Amino acid sequence: MLVATVVIIVKLDRLMTAVMMMGFFSLLSSCIFMILDAVDVAFTEAAVGAGASTIFFLAALAIVGHTSKKRTRQRTILPLAMVTCIGIVLIYATFDMPRFGTADAPIQQHVTPRYINDSADEVGPPNIVTSVLASYRGYDTFGEAGVVFTAFIGVLLLLGAGTRQSGLERPAPPNTQVESMRQKIILREVADLLIAPVLVFALYVQWHGDFGPGGGFQAGVIFASVIVLYALIYGIVPAQQLFPPRKLAYFPALGWLLYGGVGIVSMIKGGNFLDYGALMTDPHDGQHYGILIIELGIGITVAAVMINIFFSLSERSL
Amino acid sequence: MIEQLPAIQLLLTLIAAPICSMLRNGDRSWWLATAASWASVVVACLILNQVWGGGTISYHMGGWPPPWGIEVVIDELTAIVLLLVTLFGALVMTALRESLSTIMRHQRQSLYYTAFLLCMASLIGITITGDAFNVFVFLEISSLATYTLIARGRDRRALTAAFRYLIMGTIGATFILIAIGFMYMLTGTLNMADLAERLPAHKDNHVLHASFAFFIVGIGLKIALFPLHYWLPNAYTYAPKATTAFLAATATKVSLYVMIRFVFDVYGLEFSFQQMHLGTLLVPLSIAGILIASLTAVFQTDAKRLLAWSSVSQLGYMALGVGILNVNGLTAAITHMFNHAMMKAGLFLALATMIYRVQSSQLTALAGIGRTMPLTTGAFTVLGIGLIGVPFTAGFVSKWYLITGVLDKGWLPVAALLIVSSLMAIIYIGKMIDVMYFKPAPEEFSNAQEAPLSMLIPCWIFALLTIYFGIDTRLTAGLAGRVASNLLGGA
Repeated sequence: MLVATVVIIVKLDRLMTAVMMMGFFSLLSSCIFMILDAVDVAFTEAAVGAGASTIFFLAALAIVGHTSKKRTRQRTILPLAMVTCIGIVLIYATFDMPRFGTADAPIQQHVTPRYINDSADEVGPPNIVTSVLASYRGYDTFGEAGVVFTAFIGVLLLLGAGTRQSGLERPAPPNTQVESMRQKIILREVADLLIAPVLVFALYVQWHGDFGPGGGFQAGVIFASVIVLYALIYGIVPAQQLFPPRKLAYFPALGWLLYGGVGIVSMIKGGNFLDYGALMTDPHDGQHYGILIIELGIGITVAAVMINIFFSLSERSL
Repeated sequence: MIEQLPAIQLLLTLIAAPICSMLRNGDRSWWLATAASWASVVVACLILNQVWGGGTISYHMGGWPPPWGIEVVIDELTAIVLLLVTLFGALVMTALRESLSTIMRHQRQSLYYTAFLLCMASLIGITITGDAFNVFVFLEISSLATYTLIARGRDRRALTAAFRYLIMGTIGATFILIAIGFMYMLTGTLNMADLAERLPAHKDNHVLHASFAFFIVGIGLKIALFPLHYWLPNAYTYAPKATTAFLAATATKVSLYVMIRFVFDVYGLEFSFQQMHLGTLLVPLSIAGILIASLTAVFQTDAKRLLAWSSVSQLGYMALGVGILNVNGLTAAITHMFNHAMMKAGLFLALATMIYRVQSSQLTALAGIGRTMPLTTGAFTVLGIGLIGVPFTAGFVSKWYLITGVLDKGWLPVAALLIVSSLMAIIYIGKMIDVMYFKPAPEEFSNAQEAPLSMLIPCWIFALLTIYFGIDTRLTAGLAGRVASNLLGGA
């Protein structure tokens, strides 16, 4: 089904449909992750791939138009040959791969046992994924939050959110009535029903990352998608009244600084960078609070970045 | 304090970046960014001092021992690359304010400095890490930051250039990720030292072969190794002002460093060169790259594009140095990595300084600039002579080692081709200097003034360093020689 979806996406001329199919593709892959027992990854994929990125694509489409131009077919031989080569190399590699899911595969043998056996004692959270993500490999996650922040800086520099007049200061465009979906009663009612519970759900995902799948990345995306939904239904202006873009633009940096700050405090307290154990006298408490704070930092960064990007895309299309 | 240096090295620029984005005032962000970059130069010097002579620093992020946590490893090679990134980054940053003032509003500037700092910090992150996956994480930050820096170029063609680079860079990064994934599949570890220990047991495994292939192509795209250099000339040409100087100095060099690290330390010398025959791939391609790119450079009429093509050819020298696989060759590669970064950054910066006055990088616009901007052109000339490889400049040192390395192998024709390429360098650099000094200036620019000091001083520091490292080679070739014989297994 994945392959079929990709073929359809490539063949499609209507960009709108292609974007929808890409959302579908993400949903499918998140199902696959689910079957592979990677619940956290599935969760993120569903939230980011199927949710947020589809919305961004749609917002971008609103600017550039819905159909792609016909390209003359040329130079397809070389790319095709390249792709075939890569495929052959990948298949060549599969011959010697350890059998999928076997217990004696090297992945299960070397680093993993300590994560599985000792993480509850050393780090604390029952969810091992959280321990690895936030503590053992917290430095990587710090970098990943940095990737999100960098993307934000890129969008801000290129599209200029916050530097243009925001929706508040600009005279309302004459066709607001047509554009906003406020008149569509079913949409509005459903959205009204959804927004509050989903916000609570975002908070739950944020704080529950220790125990089940969840954490800052997913929570941030869910939180942002509610705001985006609100903006779609009630128009961009009320949403910007709620989150003034100028102030919102501080938050990605603040969230990331919060993460880095935890690391620096642990350095001041005599540990290494991001050694949460050094934060408090009892290393377990230190790990616990450290992880909570950095997850919060991630959540703030991700949510603020998503909302910012959406605003700057939709300001363009106004 | 001293044992926290590796983390401080990274954090100075990394933490300054978000603060910079919040300041929203071009001047204040510039002060902060400049202070942070120079502070990290100091830290890089301290680290270099600490590992000088063959020491190694290991730092455990989060306090977890490797391979469970992420390790930061710094040896001499790392330290010299750190110095390269921070010092040249700081010099360009110092000049950046004047350079940007003409094209960008204040608030945009502070974001631009943020992107610049992020790029610098992530390159530092790539350099110091001892963890294969961590390389990829910081590679993502550096790539994103670089695309942004390029896309803010002088005209809309910069967007296409950045987009092309984005596609190429993303393919490269994906390949590297696949390579790392395959390695993880075989060994269950991501720590480089640990990988190096465990990989030889799998040397006949198809997965490892595929991983190596993906890695070489992926990193080749990032280094812009011929014939994967397609993105580079446009990206360098359209990147705004002084930014090109920073990109030319650091991005490709750090990628080359990653390649050396993986090929020699992770995959291992024997696997890379004897089993996978990397040498037989690198040598002909890099020679072809050197000649074709030099020849293309000769026919360019845009000074920036000319220098960009010269970069492709110079990267060929470094790849050749790695490919010939002897101590002199590898010494040349590492020395040239440093020297070329210095000279090319200086050249692009001097060029940006001229463009600051004449608003064009076409050679016709630069005519006669030697009379209106004598100091800038002087620095440009010194750096250009260094690039050609005249004795008593840095360029000579690395070319000397490279030719010695080639002759050690007994490859006379290759040495002859290298000399031919140097002659071509004389032509293309000579062409620019000729235009600058001996052609009459066009009317409209005949009263252009000398550039402001904040741009002129960095230019001259680059020029003086080029001469200094042409005479005192302890820091460059001396260190590179030790590293090279270490990498080649003390042989």
